Parts: sequence; C-alpha cells; structure tokens
Amino acid sequence: MDLKEKLTSSFLAFENEGNLDLDSNTHAIRLEAIKSFEAHGFPSKTIEDWKYTNLKPLLKHDYCLFPRTKNDVGFKNIKKYLLNDVETYTLVFIDGVFSSFLSTTTHDDCDVCVLSSALNRPKYKMVVDNYFNKIANKNESVSQLNTAFTIEGAFINVPKNTIVPKPIQIIYFSTGSEKEVLLQPRNLVIVGENSHVQIIERHQNLSDETTLTNAVTEIFVNKRAVVDYYKIQNDTKNSSLIDSTYVSQKMQSVASVNTYSFGGKLTRNNLEFYHEGEGITSNLNGISILNSNQHVDNTTLVNHKFPNCESHELYKGIYSDRSSGVFNGKVIVNKEAQKTNAFQQNNNILIDDGATINAKPQLEIFADDVKCSHGCTIGQLDESALFYMQSRGIPKKEAKALLLYAFGNDVVEKIKIPQLKTKIAKFIAEKLNVELGFDL
Amino acid sequence: MLQVNNLHASINDKEILKGINLEIKAGEVHAIMGPNGSGKSTLSAVIAGKEEYEVTEGKVMLDGEDLSDLAPEERAHKGIFLSFQYPVEIPGVTVTNFIKTAINETRKSKGLEELPAKEMLQLIREKSDLLEIDRKFLSRSLNEGFSGGEKKRNEIFQMAMLEPKLAILDETDSGLDIDALKVVAKGVNKLKSDKNSVLVITHYQRLLDYIVPDFVHVLYNGKIVKSGGKELALELEKKGYDWLK
Repeated sequence: MDLKEKLTSSFLAFENEGNLDLDSNTHAIRLEAIKSFEAHGFPSKTIEDWKYTNLKPLLKHDYCLFPRTKNDVGFKNIKKYLLNDVETYTLVFIDGVFSSFLSTTTHDDCDVCVLSSALNRPKYKMVVDNYFNKIANKNESVSQLNTAFTIEGAFINVPKNTIVPKPIQIIYFSTGSEKEVLLQPRNLVIVGENSHVQIIERHQNLSDETTLTNAVTEIFVNKRAVVDYYKIQNDTKNSSLIDSTYVSQKMQSVASVNTYSFGGKLTRNNLEFYHEGEGITSNLNGISILNSNQHVDNTTLVNHKFPNCESHELYKGIYSDRSSGVFNGKVIVNKEAQKTNAFQQNNNILIDDGATINAKPQLEIFADDVKCSHGCTIGQLDESALFYMQSRGIPKKEAKALLLYAFGNDVVEKIKIPQLKTKIAKFIAEKLNVELGFDL
Repeated sequence: MLQVNNLHASINDKEILKGINLEIKAGEVHAIMGPNGSGKSTLSAVIAGKEEYEVTEGKVMLDGEDLSDLAPEERAHKGIFLSFQYPVEIPGVTVTNFIKTAINETRKSKGLEELPAKEMLQLIREKSDLLEIDRKFLSRSLNEGFSGGEKKRNEIFQMAMLEPKLAILDETDSGLDIDALKVVAKGVNKLKSDKNSVLVITHYQRLLDYIVPDFVHVLYNGKIVKSGGKELALELEKKGYDWLK
C-alpha cells in the first residue's frame, strides 16, 4: 500500500480513535481536506512549485502514522536543543504528543498552550472558527493532508496591547519509538492589535530512525502588531521536514520569518505572506548551509494587495559536497498595491563541483508606481579574499570559514534575541567545521 | 634577509617574471618601480606565496630558508607581510577580531599559547595610539565602507600588530590624497627599525618623498633593468621609463 492510500484509509479510524467531535466545524474542515488530498495526492515534480524538490524517495517509507510515545524523555535529553540562558515559555512535544512535564505554558497575559485544547474548548470556539485553516493554502496538498490529520500543535493567542515578556519556544521531538514515523504538527498563532511576540520553532529527532514531519503554521498578525518568528532546522540526517507557514497581516503590522537551515535530509519551506491592509512590512530571511547530500528548498510568496506596503526578502545559501538548494521566490504586486516597496535578494556560494542551486525569482507586478528589485547571485569563494587573509597568517581553512561567516552575517544580524544569535552563530561555526578564535 | 634568485614565475602559462635577482638586508628600504604590466604586483604576490602563480625557476629565501613550498599563511608566520593595493572587505568581522585571529594563528604556528585578552587589548591600544587611529575604527567590520585612506591605514595597523621582518607595500599610495599618503608614510617610518626591512612597490615617485628608499630598482618586462640609489626615482620621474627599454 502506498503512503497516500495508507493515509486516506486511516482517516476514519483517526477521527474515531482521536475522540474528535464529528459534529464540529473542524470535522467538516478535515473531511474537505482529506478529499482534496485524495484527489491530488503528494505533489510531484510536474507541479511548477515542486519542480526542483522530489518527494518520491521520502514517500517510499512505511511510516507509522500514530506512533507510540516514549515517556522516558527527560529534561537532560532535550536540554541542548532548547534556548536555556534566557527565560522562555516552552511547548515540548514528544512524538506528536504534548509533554506538560517538559513545557512551560501560560494563560496569564496570553495563551501559550496546545491546539488540541483550543479545538475542543468552547471558550476558544470563536477563535478557532475565525482563524483555523483560514489562510493555509488549499492548493497545497501537503497542507491539506496536515489539516485532515490536525490533532495537536502549538496554540498561541496574544490579546491586544500585549507585549509577551518572554520568547516562546515550540519544539517537536521524535524519539525513534518507531522505525519510520510521520508527524503532522499544526500551529496556530494569533497576535492581537499592537501586540508583540517572539517565537522559535524547531523539529528535532533524538534518534537515528527515520522521521518525516509535515508541519503547518498559520500566523495572524493584527493591526500594528509585531511578530518575530525563527525557524531552526538542524535535524539529523534521517529526518525530513515539509514546513508550510502562512502569514496574514493587517494594516501597519510587521512580521518577520527567519529560517536557518543547517541539518536534515530534505527540507522544504513553503512560506507565504498575505497582506490585508496598508502600511504593512513583511521580512523574509533565510540562510542554508548544507553538505553531504542534503537538500533545502525555500519556496516563498509575498502577495501585495494593498498600497504602501513593504517586503524585504534575503536568502543566502552555502552548498558543499553534493548538497542542493532551491530558492523559488515569488512576489506579486497587484494593481491596487501602488507605492509598494518590494526587495528580494538571493546569494549563493557553491563550494564543491557536485553542489547545485536552482534559483528562480518570480516577480509579477501589475501596479505601475512601485519600487521592486531582485538580485540573484551564484558564485564561488573569492580567491583574492582568501589570499588576503592567508597573507595575514590565517590558514586557508579558517580563512574560508571566516569568509563564509561574513557572507551569511547579514542574515544572522537580523536575529533580535541575543542568546539565539549566539546559538545560530555557533551552529554556523560548527557547520563550517571550524573553531573561530573569538565569539561571534 | 630576503633573497630572490633568478626568479621566473608565470600564470596560465604566460611568463611574467623572467629572472629577478634581489637582495634586501635587515634595516633597508627598497623600492621597485616600473610601468604598468612590468610585473611589480606579480613579484609581490609571488613573494607572499599566491598560489595562482607558478614559479618555474629560481627561488625566494628568507633568512636563508627557501620559501618555495610554503603556503601564504606559513610565509606570514615566518615574517612576510604584504599590504594590499585593494584590501578585501569582510562584513561581520571586526578589525579587532580579525587581527586577534591573525596574531593567535601566528602564535599557534610557533607553538605559543594564545595571547591573553588583556595583553592583546594593550597591544592594540599601543599600536593604534602609535598610528593615531581612532579606537572606534577598530570595532568596525574589516574594510567595510572604509575610505581608501582608512583601508590603507588599516593595512599599516595590521602590519604594526604583526611586526613582520619584511613588509611589502604594494601600491600603497594608489587612491590616496597627499594628506592620507603622509599619514600612512608616517606610520611606516615609525615601524621601521634596523631589524626589519621594507619593499615599496610603486608607480610614482611621490610616495618615496615620504618613505625614503636606500635602493631603487626598475622593473621592466619581468626583469630588473636598472638599480640605483634614491636619486634614480627622481630621474625616472623626469624622464619616464622609455630611456631604459
């Protein structure tokens, strides 16, 4: 039985065994989603937006859809994956199941809790009805699949005029309790008017077994709210991730999504921004540093629908060995969106002959009074820069690392949580396999 | 200190240096002049060990040691410093962090411990005061957004920190106005001693008004065609290079 069949035939059992309310609104949404997935299946390379990422090898595994969870995971097992030197709210999931023991939730100034309780509690019914699955792309079959099997994930609900005092960490662990496991977490983030929140999301395999995660996150940013979202992708070589993140912004809001991809076997990031008002700023930043046969695909969309909005997109990639990268950045400026400022930049360095990058900027501009720019570069390390550093006594290997670090620096500089910045800089140094003689 | 014997070097099978002989003793300042394309920058790059150039004959020796098989960083560790005509920008790495890395790598190569932070700071202060460099400058990203003058001063600052035996100044005067030129030259003169040597590579005589050479060599078509004292530079300024061809 192939994976698609396995999923569609498991759907009924999933709804029954999950004790999901079959009269609820979410049941109707699930049902519609599974039908859509059944009709379209997993995306193949014939679909334009999936041209450079082949899911086929991932779909051959016999994934366990409802894994047993290991309850012997303690804080000591996960500590190194968390940001520890700063106070945070933390949502920890083990094999798809929430671990209250390892988490720090709150309902004080805002709700930082789990989606399952939000979906089931009358208190949140209005919220869920207004937001759940409202912006997830219905044409993206992997998102539909996630919707059909939505049962757990993070729920973050920030009321208006609230500055969330601590960053929020969302971490999904898989433990290898099954040989091959498919996880489908779902996050819903709602940020009220004038509010501010910082969120860090990470998926981490604690074993050498195979994990495929198909995650969907919906983020709603209301008027004048500010959201900083960080995705840390540094998973094991047997872990793959399909991440779809949808952001809807109201007037004068600022939303930034920063994606740091260092690990994992295959990572696909779908990132889509939708504008619902004037004076909006959207920031999309990413850095991918890959080696061996890793693959990372950043497919982004910014849809400008209103006047006087800005988007700033900066993606950098460093590819070694036989790794491959994709940058597929679409910016649409609709006719009404006059005075739009849209900037897109994608710079790549190929270290080895076997490494590849497919870069595809797509600008569709229908308004005539706009400032839009895009730039895309693919190059090698600058030999004269290397020689410069060597001539100062810095060995070639360290010189290369310094240069690559410098190349990615402007993306790292975007991080607003100092402890996270240090951590990411450390990942980069590790990934470049070098000890730099100073703190970055 | 430096001995260049019958040096032939080529790039992409094109011979640029066609038998250079040069000896620089401790405490001396030598200048190499010559028209565009005569091989001046190639000579400095080959001495510093740039890998793109192939040495086909002859050798470069420092204190009697053949440098032929050494990588650029190893030559730097032995005491060769090359000041670049176009210093490279490295965003995100401050002048201080860069020089720290350079110094500690050099120490490592000699089996020494890293210089303690306090002493490093002291050394940085001392040298930046000597060269009248604003401290704020040291926390900026290396060469990023620096003016031509700032870049060259930064080169001299690094030279001061690394204390090389032989400093090669490759077209240090290019892109500098006369005031910036004076500042840079003053720095070089302060660092000069009877234990180190300087090789100045330049197009024009004007830098040599401020860094006065003991010897001047004229490079033409990959060979030194004439050598003399500092007055040779003035003669070249007046007559040009044609009379030497």
